[in-house]
Amino acid sequence: MSPLAALLIRDMRIAVRVGGGALMGVLFFLVVVTLVPFAVGPDLALLKRIGPAILWLAALLASLLALDRLFAADHEDGSLDLILMSHAPLELVVAVKGVAHWLTTGLPLILAAPLSGLFLNLDAPAEAALVLTLLVGTPALTFIGLIGAAIAVALRRGGLLLAVIVLPLTVPVLIFGVAAANAAVVGPVPFGTPFTVLCALTLASLVVGPFAAAAALRQEME
Amino acid sequence: MRLSAVDLACHRGGRDVFVGLSFAVASGEAMAITGRNGAGKSSLLRTIVGLVRITHGQLALEGGDPELTIAEQAHYLGHQDALKPSLSVAENLRFWVGFLGARAVDIQPSLDAVGLDELADLPAAYLSAGQRRRLSIARLLAVKRPIWLLDEPTSTLDASAQQRLAGFMRTHLAEGGLILAASHGSIGLDGAQELRLGQATPSPLAASAPSPLVGEGWGGGSESGAIASTGAIRLTTPTTNPSPQRGGGERKTS
Repeated sequence: MSPLAALLIRDMRIAVRVGGGALMGVLFFLVVVTLVPFAVGPDLALLKRIGPAILWLAALLASLLALDRLFAADHEDGSLDLILMSHAPLELVVAVKGVAHWLTTGLPLILAAPLSGLFLNLDAPAEAALVLTLLVGTPALTFIGLIGAAIAVALRRGGLLLAVIVLPLTVPVLIFGVAAANAAVVGPVPFGTPFTVLCALTLASLVVGPFAAAAALRQEME
Repeated sequence: MRLSAVDLACHRGGRDVFVGLSFAVASGEAMAITGRNGAGKSSLLRTIVGLVRITHGQLALEGGDPELTIAEQAHYLGHQDALKPSLSVAENLRFWVGFLGARAVDIQPSLDAVGLDELADLPAAYLSAGQRRRLSIARLLAVKRPIWLLDEPTSTLDASAQQRLAGFMRTHLAEGGLILAASHGSIGLDGAQELRLGQATPSPLAASAPSPLVGEGWGGGSESGAIASTGAIRLTTPTTNPSPQRGGGERKTS
């Protein structure tokens, strides 16, 4: 088994075991989305209009939830030392950890999104568009989050710092994700325009995230 | 194979951890690194594997694989055991074997050797400190690497496990490996050379702030003041949050 495959399997195993972040993220997502109709009230037109934004906000917060432990846990138990010593390039290691995190927290959110869309009065085409935007956009959230996770690795309460660092960086993803979903629900902009920008943001973050996070980790471990 | 250092220095956190260090360890040889707390034993091992940057001097490995760095040919057994509590004993070991690049290794003999074969399916969270250390040692046995860097390997082991570890080390040396072990006591190997750290001049900290505790028990040294105070905190209260108790503890000891 190659080192990176071993790491992917291990991280996914840890995430789905007791104390892992996988179930926590999706439950948090569902709770936040469920609370909104109670807070807003049964105004179906309003819910439909703000639905994509609510789902996107909940997905953003849920995908940050377990992110602060991504490198901090490995740092605390000494695994990160051995990972830094290894032959595998740190950028790829970081990317693999990001992929494992997305598969265990991002993907379940996307699977749960159609269900929670029902609470927000979204019809089938709108839900399909929303799921598509989340599928394309949530990897960007994870990979931008990697940078914050790497910066906060040696801090005791890294989670708070992580949110402060990462949330501003995710604003473009949020804007174009919600814009694309809204375009499909209410128009008038064609779906393709914001969606293409969202794809571009994700591709850029897939490249920049691992390099920035690896640089932060190297700096931090000195 | 020969690992040698010439005039090695390490500067961390605004002070010299060690300076002017020279040593050489060849295949089949072991070196015990001794010295008081804070003398730089762990820093030296971390410097060798590249986790701490070398400030000055040279570190060279002759006769190793030229394609690989020293770290990639070394096992580092640090203070932490690098285990995930939610994974089982076998899963933890299998991960490290896979990650360290060994192909199709049967982990069973290594688990047998450290006496954890019966616990292979137990989550690592349930292991005692000594068992956790034994599981980390199993990593050294499962993946063959010529250089072993051990940071106080015997610290949590009972007498029989210490003897077993000494046996593993003798086998490793007989197979042409080399071992550097930081230790306070004996590492259980005859004929190991010793590198004493911390013979340097006392630091300004110890000279300018002589507290009774530093003077009596802990010996002069650059980090001794810090160690003494954290030791006092740990004696009186296990929590780390500042509380009136902590202040009391410090008063009592100084």
